[in-house]
Amino acid sequence: MTPRWRSWLIGGLVVAVLAAAIYFPILRRRVKRAAKLQQQSEEQARRELTQPIAINPGDPRVKTKLFWASDTIESTLVAVTVELPLSNDPVLRSKQVLNTLLAGPVDAELRTLPPDALLLAFYLLPDGTAIADFSEALATSIPSGIVSEQLAVNSITRTLEANVPQVQRLKILIHGQEVETLAGHLDLAEAFVVNTKPAQPQVKPGPAQSSTDKPATPASEKSPAPAPGPLTADKPPGKLAQPERKP
Amino acid sequence: MAPLAAVMVSPSQVPSQTQQPAPGTPPAASPTATSAQGRVAGSGGSTSGAQAQQAGLNMVVLDPAHGGTDPGARGTGGIRESEIVLDFVIQVRRALELQGFQVVQTRQGNENPSFDDRSATANAQRGAVFVTLHISSTGLQGTARVYVNSDLLPVADSNGLIPWDRAQAPFLGLSRTFGDLVQGYLTQRFKGSPDAAQTASVRQLRTTAAPAIAVEISSVTVEDRADLDRMAPGVADAIARGAAAFKPSYVVPNTRGALP
Repeated sequence: MTPRWRSWLIGGLVVAVLAAAIYFPILRRRVKRAAKLQQQSEEQARRELTQPIAINPGDPRVKTKLFWASDTIESTLVAVTVELPLSNDPVLRSKQVLNTLLAGPVDAELRTLPPDALLLAFYLLPDGTAIADFSEALATSIPSGIVSEQLAVNSITRTLEANVPQVQRLKILIHGQEVETLAGHLDLAEAFVVNTKPAQPQVKPGPAQSSTDKPATPASEKSPAPAPGPLTADKPPGKLAQPERKP
Repeated sequence: MAPLAAVMVSPSQVPSQTQQPAPGTPPAASPTATSAQGRVAGSGGSTSGAQAQQAGLNMVVLDPAHGGTDPGARGTGGIRESEIVLDFVIQVRRALELQGFQVVQTRQGNENPSFDDRSATANAQRGAVFVTLHISSTGLQGTARVYVNSDLLPVADSNGLIPWDRAQAPFLGLSRTFGDLVQGYLTQRFKGSPDAAQTASVRQLRTTAAPAIAVEISSVTVEDRADLDRMAPGVADAIARGAAAFKPSYVVPNTRGALP
């Protein structure tokens, strides 16, 4: 080999090494990203593909309160404020905030809802009653127990209360069906009270506030909780009527 | 399903708030049934002590939750809520019987009565309270929470019939008092537990026509089941002492003809 060809060969090798040095970190990042994607559950990936959060960048950005679990006080909720472009349409707005709630906080430990749960449909009736239809994963993947089920429902109702004033009550369905309980404990037979104040046309953004675990209340409660009174039954109980639903 | 029962409580014949222990601050010692009922009857105005004693709280219906094909919460170590609550109930029953209560269980073994069947067991009794026992999947380990049902709109038709689906409504105040008492004793024993009973829409409580509470212990996530088993005597003692302290607050007058 002539000295000239040897120089060309060495030069070529140097260029190849330099190109590899530049490309290798990029390749490594891509491999890491692909590995991270594989770690996501099948349901999570499906949600990202089939249920994109219906956010329209053209909508006005408003401060949105989302209620996730507190990392300081056990079994309580705390409001986290994020800026989101939210629609003024109450149904679309409800879907946007609930999908964001389902997507979960940065710290997965503070989730209140299962990562594979989906919001299948959301309806709002003229009287302010909303119907939220969740996938079965909401019932099957949630940790069973009064405290965990209560926290899940509270996070939903309080997030709607803070962001969608048109929603007065919320009825939860699982895969289009009425169910007796969420996961064996919390009663889903009735709608929960969400907002007791009349609906305002526009939600005023506000700062994040800590909150306690105010319980979600069935809509049958039409008046504020009575102060502790005499130790009597609220009224003399009479006979029990036949159950409307057979067990 | 067990026959449906009616429970009659006359507001004029039950004690006022000032006559019962403050919620969340259990008395140092449980009052005896005799002295407590005497106080209640004495302050009741028109009711004689003898009458009140005839129809006081004398029974506790214990409900070990889940069972059968429904194991309830499951821990990573194979702990099943349905099995543990059944073991707890044995100790709770013993503690209650030592306090002089009769005890009825909604299930004896690994069967799974419906919510309504469990409520029917309680609703068939007079002068009973209802306690449903649970083990949670989450929460601070080694703590215990008492729940009473969320407020329900009392509904009665023209015949005085209470809809089955809201049977708990007239008893919510009594349930709250009972729950606060039991929670107070639990918190003395298990640090980190709440100071007062919590409110939640617990399905099992809604159809129960009696003072009714849910007791939930944390949690099935303990590494060693023995950690939960060690809580059983304290839970049993708290429920028994709570029921004894609540006894003077719940006087069911002897109203003949009230039952169908």
